[in-house]
Amino acid sequence: MEFETVIGLEIHAQLLTDSKAFCSCTTKFGNEPNSNTCPICLGMPGSLPVLNRKALEYTILMALACNCRVNEISRFARKNYYYPDLPKNYQISQYELPVAEHGWIQVDTTEGTRKIGITRIHMEEDAGKLIHDEKKPVSYVDLNRTGVPLIEIVSEPDMRTPEEASAYLRTLHSILVYLGICDGNMEEGSFRCDANVSIRPVGQTALGTKTELKNMNSFKNVQKGLQYEIERHTDVLGNGGAIIQETRLFDPSTGATVSMRSKEQAHDYRYFPDPDLLPLRVEPELVEKMRASLPELPREKKERFVMDFGIPEYDAGVLTSERSLAQYFEDTVSIFPNPKSVSNWMMTEFMRVLKGQGSSVASAPVRPKDLAGLLKMIEDGTISGKIGKTVFEEMWVSGKRPDQIVKDKGLIQVSDVSELSGIIVKILEDNPKEVSRYLEGKTQLMGFFVGQTMKATRGKANPQLVNEIITSELEKFRASSEQ
Amino acid sequence: MSNLYEKTATELAGLLSSKKTSSVEITRSVLDRIDAVEPKIHSYVSVYPDLALAMAEEADRRIKAGRGNSLTGIPIAIKDNMCLQDKKTTCGSRILSNFSPPYDATVVRFIKDEGMVILGSANMDEFAMGSSTETSCWGPTKNPWDTDKIPGGSSGGSAAAVACGQATVALGSDTGGSIRLPAAFCGVTGIKPTYGAVSRFGLVAYASSLDQIGPFGRDISDIALLLNLLCRHDPMDSTSVPMSHPDFTSFLNKDVAGLTLGVPVEFFDKPGNRDVEKSLRSARDVFEKLGVKFVDMSLPSLNYGIAAYYVIAPSEASSNLARYDGVKYGHRSKDFESMIDMYCKTRAEGFGPEVKRRIMLGTYALSSGYYDAYYLKAAKIRTLITKDFKRAFESCDAIFAPVAPAPAFNIGEKMDDPIEMYLTDVFTIPVNMAGLPGISCPAGFSGTGLPIGMQLIAPHFGESKLVQLVAAFQRETDFHLKRPSI
Repeated sequence: MEFETVIGLEIHAQLLTDSKAFCSCTTKFGNEPNSNTCPICLGMPGSLPVLNRKALEYTILMALACNCRVNEISRFARKNYYYPDLPKNYQISQYELPVAEHGWIQVDTTEGTRKIGITRIHMEEDAGKLIHDEKKPVSYVDLNRTGVPLIEIVSEPDMRTPEEASAYLRTLHSILVYLGICDGNMEEGSFRCDANVSIRPVGQTALGTKTELKNMNSFKNVQKGLQYEIERHTDVLGNGGAIIQETRLFDPSTGATVSMRSKEQAHDYRYFPDPDLLPLRVEPELVEKMRASLPELPREKKERFVMDFGIPEYDAGVLTSERSLAQYFEDTVSIFPNPKSVSNWMMTEFMRVLKGQGSSVASAPVRPKDLAGLLKMIEDGTISGKIGKTVFEEMWVSGKRPDQIVKDKGLIQVSDVSELSGIIVKILEDNPKEVSRYLEGKTQLMGFFVGQTMKATRGKANPQLVNEIITSELEKFRASSEQ
Repeated sequence: MSNLYEKTATELAGLLSSKKTSSVEITRSVLDRIDAVEPKIHSYVSVYPDLALAMAEEADRRIKAGRGNSLTGIPIAIKDNMCLQDKKTTCGSRILSNFSPPYDATVVRFIKDEGMVILGSANMDEFAMGSSTETSCWGPTKNPWDTDKIPGGSSGGSAAAVACGQATVALGSDTGGSIRLPAAFCGVTGIKPTYGAVSRFGLVAYASSLDQIGPFGRDISDIALLLNLLCRHDPMDSTSVPMSHPDFTSFLNKDVAGLTLGVPVEFFDKPGNRDVEKSLRSARDVFEKLGVKFVDMSLPSLNYGIAAYYVIAPSEASSNLARYDGVKYGHRSKDFESMIDMYCKTRAEGFGPEVKRRIMLGTYALSSGYYDAYYLKAAKIRTLITKDFKRAFESCDAIFAPVAPAPAFNIGEKMDDPIEMYLTDVFTIPVNMAGLPGISCPAGFSGTGLPIGMQLIAPHFGESKLVQLVAAFQRETDFHLKRPSI
């Protein structure tokens, strides 16, 4: 029997607010354990939550970016369960009325563009962290993360392959990072993904029994975990067995999933409206304000780059993968209006050095105006493209302007025809064997002559001119030898 | 001149501003009174004589420097469920018996900023769950009028202290009648303000959507002064209403002629106590002589008040009290084998039977599959009660009602019968369900000399109307002037 896979994802994203969701404690990562706390996030008796307005604004931004309907009234609810990382033993979340619902995003896959539905986006507070002593039976509680604002983005079960799920995840990730509302760090847990997966015979509309996968803390692991789970489902059903509805943990070391708890062991969270927080009213004015502040999203930007700048779709995709990279490109083009040349340079030299140095676009020592200056010098023939690469590396290391480097190192291109002719004639005279072999038809020797010329001019010779002069001088040799 | 501890805040404020006494003198008088009667009454969980005298000295300095406010230097008792920084705040519970909060409740901050003198924490039913102050882990408070009787609850310590001069005024909290009932049983005046009028920040939650802090005083002028202090917007409490409140003392001398009081048949059709009926009838006569009109009305949903309350309040409580698990603060069981075992033993040892009963009720009501039948249905009844009141206020300025079906009962009498105990609050609970302000003031005495209270209920933020009505009533009567002989 042939099966079809059905995947839905639940994503938790930490919002990049300065303070926590319901108190004014800092959200800074890496501080002394339990130093980012106050009576409110510690759940002290008598303390009360007050919603961080910035967290709401960020949630609305994401909702709009995902084409969701923002509910005018939503409600916070308490999710009750006992665990030491949750000081109140309930989590403030949303249940029946989330901030936003009924959205979708477009996702590019190898099979084409797919529209994936977003069921809902709701706000909640993060829990703390438990650190288990490896030697003693002791656990330590760090509540710095407690109360950090999260949004949960729940997709429709619209994905059919792990690749599609991965593409959806990457798209959401880039939207969040683009909006500047989440740092997207999967290892530190500021972007987390749980997956629901089931399979069904092709043609069947009813969903099969699903399992929920947790603990996949990288894009690759999400794909691996899903792949494993689909194969497991297929095996079980293929052998006449039945899938048990349960929550399973992905083990990155084995690539397998293991059962964590069954449906019977699932918590009864006893959700009810949080009486400490009034129904949340989102005024249409606020939604419009946030809509107006919505930046251009990766997908729109990519389309615009292809249309307006005439660069290939692949290049546009790379350049718009990060907001700062796209901005860098546009800033450079605004000074040096040759988008193809800027794109070529950024796709090759810029990205190579950036990755090699492990630095970020924002901290790149070569700023757009300097790159533009360099490209201009190449375009007007002041330096050769090859020399340009050397100058670029020097700019990166020294932080100097390109014209300064070219001047200091005497790198200006030699484009004087009589000067180049003199040099070239001498080279041809010094290498009679190669000349005669060339004239006998071994035209690959052209490269040898060019190389010698470049060597003699320490790379500064205008390559186009060098080619032309060598060709014409060799023709002269041919004419004289035939006489 | 009578003893300073017997005087009202309004009288003492006059003496302080005319320099006829000092806050230290007043505070000493009240502390002496506490020494004298506390063994018989047990109004307090903790008394802080040194803190009180230091605050009194500071108050005297302020008054001398001309920076005194209306309540500067006046001694006050705080119910044991409002956070007092670095002082024990136990909620009458073993589970918090060693807990000292690192911060002050907003109302405590207001009191400190005003320069009032904090005497100590007043006894209460454990987590404010009770009508008699018998469920406190520190033992019951006695009724100063008859020490065999309960003082009412849950703010029984606050009411008893004010009744017998152990405090000039006090703060209580009211979730289903916990201010109004003990005020009635102890013969003092107490008001539950509109939900949202007084900040709940730092009030240890029982049922968050119903809890409200309010003052006790020996007469209405003290209540007005305290309302002025307490009714203020607090950005730390999302349910605190951002609005400005009137000067409540300006309603103390207003005429009430032409006002209308509604009489809900549902509050008067139960087989009643003769003493209560008699007191209410004569209170009605007093108002009528003052030109107040009475209209009969029906609020049918009031009959479901108790049933709905005992779903909603325990549901919220089951979640609010989940944090007491022995992990972070409060009591932790000494012997345990695992984390779950620690949770179970800590809570089994830390909570009393009534608290456990309500946690179980609430946990059940919120459980998957029962939520719609219990919590949701109760929430609907709550809406109906609110609507009934709203309709009632179209034809009256306030509602006239008893506070309790009968005067104070014997200690121990209802401890084995929770339903009987719950029914004590039949007339007070609907007011919390609708978030309305309700006041309880002395309106007579039983044949055996126990105080009987009268309740007036106003529309949302109609506290000024209640002040106006009770002030007029107290000008015509002297029930509020009677003090227990102890």
